Amino acid sequence: MKNLIGHEIPEQVAEHLGLGIYGVNVDPRVEGKDTASSSEKEQKRSKVVGSIEEAVRLCGLKDGMTISFHHHFRNGDHVLNQVMETLARMGFKNLRVASSSLTDVHAPLVEHIKNGVVTHIESSGCRGKLADAISHGIMDEPVIFRSHGGRAATIADGKLHIDVAFLGAPVCDVYGNASGVCQDESVEGVAECGSLGYAKVDAQFADKTIILTNKIIKYPNAVQSIEGTWVNYVVVLDDIGDPAKISSGAARFTKNPRDLLIAEMAAKVIVNSGYFRNDFSLQTGSGGASLAVTRFLAQYMRDQHITARFALGGITGQIVKLHEEGLIGTIWDVQDFDVEAAASLRRNPSHHEIDGILYATPFNRGSVLNHLDVVVLSALEIDVNFNVNVLTGSDGVIRGAIGGHPDTAKGASLTVIVSPLIRGRIPCVRDRVDTICTDGRDCDVLVTDVGIAVNPSRPEIRERLSKVGLKIYDIHELKEMAEKVVGKPDPLEFTDKVVAVVTAPDGTIMDVIHEVVD
Amino acid sequence: MAQKQRLRRTMMFIPGNNPGMMRDAHIYGSDSLMFDLEDSVSMAEKDAARELVYQALKTIDYGSTEIVVRINPLDTPYGRADVEAMVAAGAHVLRMPKTETAKDITDCEAVIEEMEKKYGRPVGDTLMMAAIEGALGVINAYQIATSSKRLIGIALGAEDFCANMKCQRTLSGAELQLARQTIVLAARAAGIDALDTVYSDVNNEEQLRYEAQLVKDLGFDGKSVINPRQIAPVHEVFAPTAKAIEKARKVVAAIKEAEARGSGVISLNGKMVDKPVAIRAQRVIELAIISGIISPEEV
Repeated sequence: MKNLIGHEIPEQVAEHLGLGIYGVNVDPRVEGKDTASSSEKEQKRSKVVGSIEEAVRLCGLKDGMTISFHHHFRNGDHVLNQVMETLARMGFKNLRVASSSLTDVHAPLVEHIKNGVVTHIESSGCRGKLADAISHGIMDEPVIFRSHGGRAATIADGKLHIDVAFLGAPVCDVYGNASGVCQDESVEGVAECGSLGYAKVDAQFADKTIILTNKIIKYPNAVQSIEGTWVNYVVVLDDIGDPAKISSGAARFTKNPRDLLIAEMAAKVIVNSGYFRNDFSLQTGSGGASLAVTRFLAQYMRDQHITARFALGGITGQIVKLHEEGLIGTIWDVQDFDVEAAASLRRNPSHHEIDGILYATPFNRGSVLNHLDVVVLSALEIDVNFNVNVLTGSDGVIRGAIGGHPDTAKGASLTVIVSPLIRGRIPCVRDRVDTICTDGRDCDVLVTDVGIAVNPSRPEIRERLSKVGLKIYDIHELKEMAEKVVGKPDPLEFTDKVVAVVTAPDGTIMDVIHEVVD
Repeated sequence: MAQKQRLRRTMMFIPGNNPGMMRDAHIYGSDSLMFDLEDSVSMAEKDAARELVYQALKTIDYGSTEIVVRINPLDTPYGRADVEAMVAAGAHVLRMPKTETAKDITDCEAVIEEMEKKYGRPVGDTLMMAAIEGALGVINAYQIATSSKRLIGIALGAEDFCANMKCQRTLSGAELQLARQTIVLAARAAGIDALDTVYSDVNNEEQLRYEAQLVKDLGFDGKSVINPRQIAPVHEVFAPTAKAIEKARKVVAAIKEAEARGSGVISLNGKMVDKPVAIRAQRVIELAIISGIISPEEV
């Protein structure tokens, strides 16, 4: 058979190889040659549509589908609420909201749950009024809490199928090449959030991806987080988020003397743990004390001429300072905790953005967290077997996020948990925690403001710390010290209704959260 | 345990009506903690604060930290009850505010003794310190400092002092110069500690260090602090320098050598070491050990 150009193509060859014949078997997606100039093309081939509503219609969103969001603006996010308001107005029902996390700012979801717009939620965490409502049983279906690594793996495996991803991006060109920082510093009014590491996964695996931006820049936005080929539509909004609110809550820069005391002690533990060697690697999780560890570690690094091979995870301005001082080599950045870190992603060539899969998927040796020496993680409470709760408060109400806690605790060679011994009138070291988020076997050292405990599974660490004169307590002793001051809290009352499940990084259920009784 | 001679580089103020701060104030490592029943507690809360501090002292193990309680003056309706409760609770030191004369101390001492007998505490076990917060107190500093064997030190309260002097606090500290020097002179003459006033801007570490250095140079033993973040800078200022430690080590070695020889004459590099030089050297070494600069084994 002759192809379009008149050359003879043996049909049996085409059939044998399973290939079509040029010009005969035409893919409907193929367009004719466009001789317009690149500027003209930018106009007519643009993916920009007029409104969220239009993009939603074009994506074919239906009741019962799964939509996703990212939380790179943390408490300054203005995307999710705008999208949900539009979807509610358009009459959608029974949606599954799968956000990489949810914060205080997402309280309007409560109304959407009440009205049946949202019936399922998946997230890393939940805070504020929404969390309170969930804990009081507002939803019929349990919320699924996933760690960052667990979520990325579940999406990549297709177990969490995203129909439409709504991803805020501070900068985008008309073809959907989107990023969290703007390389062109002459562009004004960019609400930079830094890395879009979690959003990258959604964009790659969702059936349809809509970028929501407040800044369209000239093509090409070459250093992109989200590639234009993953994107179906772009919507321009007046406002997608407030970067100033990224560094609040769990990502705050602490001046609290208790946090600083714990951070100073945690730095001492790391330095004497045996893992503080040249070319080590480090991650500090969210929470005032945890993020502050870097400030104290830096001096030891200078004094002992030790540099870190890489820093991983949520990045702060403190990490950036060490990087710029030459104390930290590569920054693997999945998320930024302040505007300084976001600016560094733009500025520093060895500050790299990574997605949630490369960061923390549990099923691959290539995941960066498997090469971590040290991670410092916070806890709301910890039990005498070192199991950690980062999700539910002393009243049993959801008020936190798993984040990368169980992923990194397992991945790192040394996992340091930091927590005050007592919060308010509540002991943080207890016989049992209400919600297990991280398996105690993955947690090696607990540093409190009063003393240090080492997991009995790590006698060598205990010995190294004792040798330098650090007083090491049995974790039961710490528990007793706390109880001596504030007593033993009465057990909380719950109903039988399960309002949420907490999954381990492999996607299996680690624990369940019950409805609270006030 | 109450101890007359000890290190008092920092004394941290804890309002007596703040259980959150009282719970574990000792973890930040100040040498002394001062629970306040006086100015930081409103009239309406005086009884509650006294009860709270009493329970804290009875319940919480503050380790080796010195426990000081600032009581209300005896001429107020609260002073006597404060003394009773704090002696009963086992406070190491009672701090008398606004001390103007030696009689203020002896009057209070009488009540303390009465309460020690009532609660079965050895007489003399409760120590005292006097805060001098006005012109009259400065003039009477030596009489105050020598008024009781229980006294561990005298302290300057700068805010009240400046109000009384009709002056303002300045960055240079010129307005406090005479008061500070008088207090340190009286303390030294009496053989007790001299303790400086607080610096209240917790975010200005530079000025805190300046004040700490100033009073250290004048001869003070320590400075009051109002926030845990102020402890480390003050301790750093009061830590001896490497040069001073090296010199002190040589002196201490010479002392040991003289002792070994059974000689009362200590000599270093062919020169005789005077007793005050020897005392200062030993103090420098003690400070260096406590500041974590050298270990006891090194000496």
